[in-house]
Amino acid sequence: MTAKLRAPGWYRAGLFTVLGIAFAYLLVGVVRSAMHFPNAWDDGDAVTIVSLIAAPLFFLVGIGCFDYWFYWVSGRPTRPEDHSSHGATSWKDYFRVNTDHKVIGIQYVCTSFFFLFVGGLLAMLMRAELAQPGMQFVNSQQFNGLFSVHAALLIFLFVIPVFAGLANFVIPLMIGAPDMAFPRLNALSFWMLPLAGLLMVGSFFAPGGSFATGWTAYAPLSTEAPIGQMFFTIAVQFAGASSIATALNFLVTIITMRAPGMSFFRMPLLVWANFSTSLLVVIATPFIAASQFFVLLDRALGFQFFDAFVGAGKDGSVLMYQHVFWFYSHPAVYIMMLPGFGIISEVLSVKARKPIFGYRMMAFSLIAIVVLGFTVWAHHMFVSGMQSWIRIPMMITTAIIAVPTGIKIFSWLATLWRGVLHLDTPMLFALGFLTTFTCGGISGVMLAMIPFDIHVSDTYFIVAHIHYVLFGGSLFTIFAGVYYWFPKMTGRMYDERLGKLHFWATFVFFNVTFAPMHVIGVQGMPRRVADYAQEFAGMNLAISIASFLLGLSMLVFLYNMVVSWRLGPRASANPWRALTLEWQVSSPPPIFNFDAVPTVVGGPYEYGIPGAVHGIFQSPAEAKPTPAGSVATSPTTE
Amino acid sequence: MKVRRHPIIQMVVIGAIASAIGIALALWINWFPADAAKQDHPIDTLYDVLMIVSIPIFVLVLTVVLYSVWAFRMRPGQELEDGPPIHGNTRLEVFWTAIPAILLVSLCSYAYAVLNDIETKHPDELVVKVQAVQFAWTFSYPQSGGRTVTSTQLYLPKDKPVRFDIQTKDVLHDFWVPAFRVKIDAVPGITTRLRATPTKLGTFPVVCAELCGLGHSVMRSTAHVLTPAAFDRWLADQQAPAQNAAGGGAARQLSQDQLIALGRDAFAGDGGCGACHTLADAGTTGTTGPDLDRALRGQSEDEIRTDIVDPNARIAPGYSANIMPPTFEQTLSRQQLDGLVAYLATVSK
Repeated sequence: MTAKLRAPGWYRAGLFTVLGIAFAYLLVGVVRSAMHFPNAWDDGDAVTIVSLIAAPLFFLVGIGCFDYWFYWVSGRPTRPEDHSSHGATSWKDYFRVNTDHKVIGIQYVCTSFFFLFVGGLLAMLMRAELAQPGMQFVNSQQFNGLFSVHAALLIFLFVIPVFAGLANFVIPLMIGAPDMAFPRLNALSFWMLPLAGLLMVGSFFAPGGSFATGWTAYAPLSTEAPIGQMFFTIAVQFAGASSIATALNFLVTIITMRAPGMSFFRMPLLVWANFSTSLLVVIATPFIAASQFFVLLDRALGFQFFDAFVGAGKDGSVLMYQHVFWFYSHPAVYIMMLPGFGIISEVLSVKARKPIFGYRMMAFSLIAIVVLGFTVWAHHMFVSGMQSWIRIPMMITTAIIAVPTGIKIFSWLATLWRGVLHLDTPMLFALGFLTTFTCGGISGVMLAMIPFDIHVSDTYFIVAHIHYVLFGGSLFTIFAGVYYWFPKMTGRMYDERLGKLHFWATFVFFNVTFAPMHVIGVQGMPRRVADYAQEFAGMNLAISIASFLLGLSMLVFLYNMVVSWRLGPRASANPWRALTLEWQVSSPPPIFNFDAVPTVVGGPYEYGIPGAVHGIFQSPAEAKPTPAGSVATSPTTE
Repeated sequence: MKVRRHPIIQMVVIGAIASAIGIALALWINWFPADAAKQDHPIDTLYDVLMIVSIPIFVLVLTVVLYSVWAFRMRPGQELEDGPPIHGNTRLEVFWTAIPAILLVSLCSYAYAVLNDIETKHPDELVVKVQAVQFAWTFSYPQSGGRTVTSTQLYLPKDKPVRFDIQTKDVLHDFWVPAFRVKIDAVPGITTRLRATPTKLGTFPVVCAELCGLGHSVMRSTAHVLTPAAFDRWLADQQAPAQNAAGGGAARQLSQDQLIALGRDAFAGDGGCGACHTLADAGTTGTTGPDLDRALRGQSEDEIRTDIVDPNARIAPGYSANIMPPTFEQTLSRQQLDGLVAYLATVSK
């Protein structure tokens, strides 16, 4: 038993979590006694807040995320690199600190999908309440908690990390690297994630209920909320730290570890997309961390950053919270979309059997979105009461960002033109994405127009728009990506018939659920309400029924994934006949990815050129190079 | 069949027909709530223009996707074939960068013109002070002589430009009259302003659009747009009872039954109690605050009065402080308050 408690793993993690809570109790008690506070040793609120920070950190130490670094820091002989924490031989290895990017990728994807299902269930509880006007199943606190936790989980614990997970698995393989640049940091990034998720879900058990101020946690509502709010505030710090560490890891990996011959303009567009996303994450995420630290300090220690009613001086500024928050949270929309653009480029090119149309413009438009993405945040604040002139430049930049996005959509359409379309599940999701995301993009341009936004701001029109972008956009690309790389990740094939059933059910019920929300929004139904006027009853009932069917369609996906992973037919190395490097190794790939270092000799999408290859595994002298874009043919030539 | 050999022409024809149907449908759907202010028309027209521009773009994407699926899908025997290696077309790429950019800048200019139009200042505006508190609205009308008329419902004269000066006593709220199309947040520490000119008689909902806590979904009121003469009469009526009370008060002494009836109306109606409290006798089913069918049992009139005017004095088990507005002594008339106390004391026996 002592040996188990000393070795990294779940036993030691459990012990350390208890130690973390004890540490928090002592720290709070000692400090409060030193300050001569009354009831120094029984302030549950303060102990809880410090525990929320300390317990996850102690858990990470216990499970073994820091072991190697501690050996090194304390001057003890570091263990020679024995790779004992690398690779997985049984399912148990997925529950340990593992440094293999392929294991971490699968850990990420499975964890995020777990939270997708939790968040989806919360959404269905909400729709059950909203099926009729009046209150039926939950009270106001529970309802506000449901939509707050739903959004927070699906943004911070699903869309952002699932893209990081897919990229974690695929990117080192795509650029011909044996692993990520910092494998131990990679493991630490992953393990912070389930902790953040558990804090958010755990807030339901907090006294006073879960956080209930929306995922936006606007001050001063959040700084006066019950203790559940702190679960969100602190969970965001862990999720954010995880994001930043992974993004740094991607940047260093992509810049320094590309295979010989892979210039930036020979990188697959998924690599470009994650490069751009990582830039956004590294620059923007500290801002949400700051906004939540302000809330933490306001609520826990009375800092009054956002208390506008302090004395006559009115020291606090409520609008500042919104500016800092959206300076992250608008780029976050692109953090949740750009990796999906990358996936769509991969899938469309391979499944249409054609080079991606306008490769360089596709790459440049990603960078344009990164730059413009930082100049539009206040379009979330057109009715916030901020200085009214700020609205005008923000309207223009918001509209202009549709130009690079439009370039991508039109280039994808041109990629389809005259191809040989393989209409299997990943391709169906990619095509579904093209239509639903265009719809979400158009409603986004409409929302940029200030006078219209003034009317529909904070209504169901916003709910419809964000779900067309994040569900019809991001989630469709995630499904496309999961089906596309499933053979590579698991070494088995998924069931194509179930995959198609999943697509059609999702596509139809997604539209039936979210399209009517545009209408009730314009008609005047505000969002984030548990009860609504009688005139919206019919539409809401229809939406609720469709949303339950949408939920059911997810079970088809779950069944397909679980059963195919265990019992599906073995997948060949390259079932899609793709050119990118990850398909040139076995499925699943060998433990260090490549037995021989690949040399990249051409573009990643040279379909239709006889004999074209992207990478070779012999010495470069033997290879015949075919540079990217060397064969240009006009699309109008018959 | 010449058309058959020109897929682009075929698609343009199909796309044009589909766009025309889509636009007709979008213009036919009655999207907006009642049209009750001068601000409505420019905003609704902007929306129509956005629809007319957007639908062809969406139809374009949809048509190309569907056409590609129909014309270029893999047929048996093509399993190992590839498409032609087309890498791009500079002219096409310049075209679909420039055209959307021009379109978007034009739309922005148009939206800017609409914005100036709906936010125009008028020299003779009626000023209404809007005070938001969790979870109620108070509207006050400054009168000559420093007096103020206060109401929990919004009364406005028709065809008179109104400026709302909006403040909050606690957290963020958002003042929105969907029928006027305009809204703005009530922000702690600052006064925000909003302009609208009502053009239609009737009653329209006032909604809080910014999440403000547990009672957010019941933070509603009603806007009454009256003829200017009726509005002036209403203002005069509001000032009258206060003078009566000051000058003796006995003039309008109500019987106990009248008081109870008044209290019942206030509870279910413009007093706003029923939005948060369940009370079988008044037929209300709110769940934000305690269920009064149970919580009131055995309470004296004095206790009930304190609970209404100073809700934080004692909190029902399971509920937290600062949920119920502490402002009812100001927002209810003295008779309404007496009526409510009498009514609640009667029904709880």
